[in-house]
Amino acid sequence: MLKQMEGSRAVAEAVALCRPEVVCAYPISPQTHIVEAVGEMVKDGSLSPCEFINVESEFAAMSVAIGSSATGARTYTATASQGLLFMAEAVYNASGLGLPIVMTVANRAIGAPINIWNDHSDALSQRDSGWLQIFAETNQEALDLHIQAFRLAEELSLPIMVCMDGFILTHAYERVDMPTQEQVDAYLPKYEPRQVLDPADPVSIGAMVGPEAFMEVRYLAHAKQMEALKLIPAYAAEFKAVFGRDSGGLVHTYKADDADTIVVAMGSVLGTIKDVVDEMREAGHKIGVLGITLFRPFPITQVRAALQGAKRVVVLEKSMAIGLGGILAVNVRMALSALPIDVYTVVAGLGGRAITMRSLHALFRKAEKDDIDPITFLDLNRAVVDKQLERERATRRSGPAAEAILRDIGVVAAKLA
Amino acid sequence: MSFQPVKFYQTGTFTVGNRLLPPEQRSVQSQEKRYNSINSGHRACQGCGEALGARYAIDAAMEATNGRLICANATGCLEVFSTPYPETSWQMPWIHSVFGNTAAVATGIAAALKVKRQQGERRNIRVVAQGGDGGTTDIGFGCLSGMFERNDDVLYICYDNGGYMNTGIQRSSATPPAARTATTMAVGPEPGNVFGQGKFLPAIAMAHEIPYVATATVADLRDLEAKVRRAMEFQGARYIHILVPCPLGWGTASHDTIRIARLAKETGVFPVFEAEHGEVKSVLAIRRQLPVEEYLRPQKRYAHLFGKTPQVEVIARLQALADRNIRKYGLLEGN
Ligand SMILES: Cc1ncc(C[n+]2csc(CCOP(=O)(O)OP(=O)(O)O)c2C)c(N)n1
Ligand code: SF4
Ligand SMILES: [Mg+2]
Repeated sequence: MLKQMEGSRAVAEAVALCRPEVVCAYPISPQTHIVEAVGEMVKDGSLSPCEFINVESEFAAMSVAIGSSATGARTYTATASQGLLFMAEAVYNASGLGLPIVMTVANRAIGAPINIWNDHSDALSQRDSGWLQIFAETNQEALDLHIQAFRLAEELSLPIMVCMDGFILTHAYERVDMPTQEQVDAYLPKYEPRQVLDPADPVSIGAMVGPEAFMEVRYLAHAKQMEALKLIPAYAAEFKAVFGRDSGGLVHTYKADDADTIVVAMGSVLGTIKDVVDEMREAGHKIGVLGITLFRPFPITQVRAALQGAKRVVVLEKSMAIGLGGILAVNVRMALSALPIDVYTVVAGLGGRAITMRSLHALFRKAEKDDIDPITFLDLNRAVVDKQLERERATRRSGPAAEAILRDIGVVAAKLA
Repeated sequence: MSFQPVKFYQTGTFTVGNRLLPPEQRSVQSQEKRYNSINSGHRACQGCGEALGARYAIDAAMEATNGRLICANATGCLEVFSTPYPETSWQMPWIHSVFGNTAAVATGIAAALKVKRQQGERRNIRVVAQGGDGGTTDIGFGCLSGMFERNDDVLYICYDNGGYMNTGIQRSSATPPAARTATTMAVGPEPGNVFGQGKFLPAIAMAHEIPYVATATVADLRDLEAKVRRAMEFQGARYIHILVPCPLGWGTASHDTIRIARLAKETGVFPVFEAEHGEVKSVLAIRRQLPVEEYLRPQKRYAHLFGKTPQVEVIARLQALADRNIRKYGLLEGN
């Protein structure tokens, strides 16, 4: 049914349709609306039976999820930013134990400086944690991906993060097509755990493993993730059969077939990029887009296939590997190894900095002429940075950098545009 | 057997656990059909109080639940010595996640079980969580307090050996004053752990006003078993704190584990009591009060107190702490 609703609400309703049995909640923006909505459904009885647990930290949220998933309950939680880091030890543990927990990450920057706005630093900090990571482009896709995520997680016995841009998606009111309970029930079978804590058949989960077997256990985690590369297209096809629309998959190309320049990105910024590409196409530019839906496992073959005809690739990412450049870009480069294609890293939109069509137009036009730095920071205020560097050269006690920069800019709150 | 109730004390141990009693009066441990939840063959040190405490407690909990029990275990000696891959000592469903989250894992298990019951599961399966003092009083404290505060249906058992033993005997917030550990070295003007720090978790558990809190030692098998049994009669959060001497960390003889644990209780160093909903309901009275020196002297972690010039002042401070316990919990009453 078509409904106008907030992204968080859409995700909450989709999660509820998946009949989770245990949901843990700990507040952090911009994820809060999702678990609040699920909690309300539990409390008013419309989602039942389900245990909604207000925990004392994200570390506890993931730990409760580990316990309930290992006891055979379909388990969901959501977090963002500092919360994801706070639970990191348990995040690795959940995947190491092979527990199919589904978690929404409402993507948000990581401090310091503390910042509540959107970028992908949080999810990407956990890229090697053994969780599958899927990035939604729209609220419809976020909703759909959660339904697919439970199916996939439980089939593989691996946990999945469904990543959606904080505020940009979570707080945006959009029209979505909300499936019916019958559709979801037809698509998502009952959770049949591979391992379960049950007195009738006692097992030890989480035993100590030494050098004699650790490599093998870790290798299996990798091998199992790689299976997702086959399962995801199959599940997306099945999804289309049941729900009547395309959603999910590994990667998506847009006007990329004959493109000399292909822009690679993840998440909601793809919408803006496509608008710019549409305008540039009309003006005769041979430019296209590759949207990456699945970040872990990284679909190397599909990325290579999509990009190999291009002359250059511009990876526009809302994250950075400090001391190296990009995170997504490094992954894309891996897919393009030995191909004569220039790859540019563009770090953009950190901490919610708006990525405007105007900036993208300028960027892409320069990129087409190979006139951008290998690592470019979109809309970086160079003067402000230089001034701070100069201050640090001149004064030993130069003080906290963030405050000094805010004073230079002359604002006290975060500048969005 | 006679109809008269038998008072039978094993020499020196006061333990009535043996097979001379009629079956219904025997301790869980003395029954041929005890659960052996932690099977033999694990890698604990000889005389490990923690191995013994866990065996007593978990077997008693298994007995109380007819074997319908799931266990969550924190990282630490108990976890390491009981599950060297590919072997496991646990004859029960058991999970180890990480060091500091065991109470929360147990909350998750309890939540899943509650949903399963609503879905028609007929068995009443219960949850026990366990960890060392470090995993409980320090790194796992946030999760533990959260579990208490929500009154989740979990029995949490802390095996207190007064330090981080698994990593090589470092100080925890349960390390007693003056004790030597690898991080409270027996050097300098005030050797060993400082006075005036640390916490007594049973009192903090009581402050949460959870249904049941108890302390116990491995010296009193019957008392420990009774407390576990009592704990399983409650719904909601329960906490049992068991003093478990560690021969390696304390520098005691393997065969002295029970004796040292008893001395901790008989000197007043470790108060043994039980509390319901935040109020002390009963104490295990000291039978024959002994000076703390008797408890301290056999332990190498206190050896610096008994050198050429005995540290009488430090010993007197430790005595004062024991005396305070005795007053506070009324440990001499009822004698
Ligand atoms: C997050 C984290 N920090 C530190 C450790 C290292 N570590 C493992 S066991 C342990 C000591 C356990 O002490 P305690 O809980 O008292 O149990 P014991 O070994 O004394 O029985 C430590 C510090 C760890 N595994 N995880
Ligand atoms: S170090 Fe102590 S607690 Fe650990 S196994 Fe040895 S005796 Fe037991
Ligand atoms: Mg310890």
